[in-house]
Amino acid sequence: MAYTKRHDGRKFDETREITAKVGVIKNADGSAYFKIGNTEAYAAVYGPRHLYPSFLQNPSTGIIRCYYNMLPFSGMGERVRPGPSRRSKEISLVTEKAFMSVINLDNFPNTVVDVYIELTQTDAGSRCAGICAASMALADAGVPMRDLVVAVSVGRIGNKVLVDLDYEEESYEGLLVADMPIAVLPRTNEFALLQMDGQIDKKMIFDAIKLGRPAIERIYKIQKEALKAKFLNGEKHGK
Amino acid sequence: MVRNMVNNKGFKEHLVKSFTSDVRYDLRKKLMFRDIKVEFGCLSKAEGSCKVSLGDTVVVAGTKLAIEPPYPDRPDEGSFSVNTELLPLSSPEFETGPPGIDAIEIARVTDRCLREGKAVNFKKLLIEKGEKAWTVFIDIASINDDGNLLDASALATLGALLNTRFPKVDKNGLIDYKSKTKKKLPIENLPILVTVYKIGNNLFLDPVKSEEHFIDARLSVGVLEDGTICALQKGGDATITLEELDRMLDIAIKQSKELRKIFKGGLSG
Repeated sequence: MAYTKRHDGRKFDETREITAKVGVIKNADGSAYFKIGNTEAYAAVYGPRHLYPSFLQNPSTGIIRCYYNMLPFSGMGERVRPGPSRRSKEISLVTEKAFMSVINLDNFPNTVVDVYIELTQTDAGSRCAGICAASMALADAGVPMRDLVVAVSVGRIGNKVLVDLDYEEESYEGLLVADMPIAVLPRTNEFALLQMDGQIDKKMIFDAIKLGRPAIERIYKIQKEALKAKFLNGEKHGK
Repeated sequence: MVRNMVNNKGFKEHLVKSFTSDVRYDLRKKLMFRDIKVEFGCLSKAEGSCKVSLGDTVVVAGTKLAIEPPYPDRPDEGSFSVNTELLPLSSPEFETGPPGIDAIEIARVTDRCLREGKAVNFKKLLIEKGEKAWTVFIDIASINDDGNLLDASALATLGALLNTRFPKVDKNGLIDYKSKTKKKLPIENLPILVTVYKIGNNLFLDPVKSEEHFIDARLSVGVLEDGTICALQKGGDATITLEELDRMLDIAIKQSKELRKIFKGGLSG
């Protein structure tokens, strides 16, 4: 049976509804909220700040540390056991690597920028939502960056390529499924993160990436607008 | 000696130069693997085992089987789990303690490649629906790290799975680990993991440790027999471009055909 229609009526290149806000956590040096469909991420940036224990310090540059975490009540099924899992550690790593290529902390030797990403609810695409939020939070904190990072998942079900898969699509039974989270620097079109689960051939990978391009441009615009909104008058902030 | 060069920028420049002229320190070309040695069934206590050497890199993988209740959302399937130990005996850089992030990444990328590549038919691991199924525990241990543990681990894992024989089960449903049967695991695909590394503008395969220290980025690609890609993982601090992605996938698909020859006859034999 061919796959012809998405269960929620979206077009194949359409993302779920997106809400983005900047400056949502007062204590943080930079913060943001990013919601895409039912996946909801908060990100807070602290730093550049002193790094202890001091053997972790790098005298030639500051470093970045990312922490991705799903809250116990955020999953579709059973309670997620609190604390780091292998999955969350790996996602923290790839998130960190995604930002490593974008930020420049040469002027902040011996310091650390800590990025905390918390998922309050998830419906697939959580690492992408986390990266979108963290990217805005880093910009909000004034960390020198050469671009914002935009992340979205692309993939395939059967012979169709599609953008921003939700849980139901990601776990579609009966046809071949591939889920490929990508993070892109929109200005230069470089990949800062690239992963894939599922089965897909090379041509389809490029079709999926191409299909995701307009979504990336759109999220990029939403991120920039959210950042600007923080600095306009308070009434407009957020909504 | 290599360790002292870690922060040496001059060494990296030199390395990039050598890659650009396509002659590496060990005289290999960029897209050449080191000599590969594979030893199936190197351990007797494990249900399956495989030792893989890529030059001086040595990795051993072993499997243990257990009977466990299936996952509630997959009542008619068994499963496997992959764990990696980067042993302190294998490198001065590894420390004791629970698996660090490098070990976790190797385990998860290997897991992804096998799982998404549908290497094992989970349905055939079922003993009693919702109650009992076989679980395959795969543990990978590094014996000597001279770079490219990712590819070595994935090869060793696949070798160990192919080599696995079910133990006997007695009347009470308990496993008798001392007696092995001739029954093999239901392996239906051979996904091969190939990691393409990038340094400067150069793409290359199978780095030794002194090269791996200086890489800018890498892309691990799981490839099935027909060229279908079943796993991707980008690593490293630098980005990759669309054009590089194109070349990296071509390199990985081509190399996977070479590596698959190791397991020739593995599915039938």
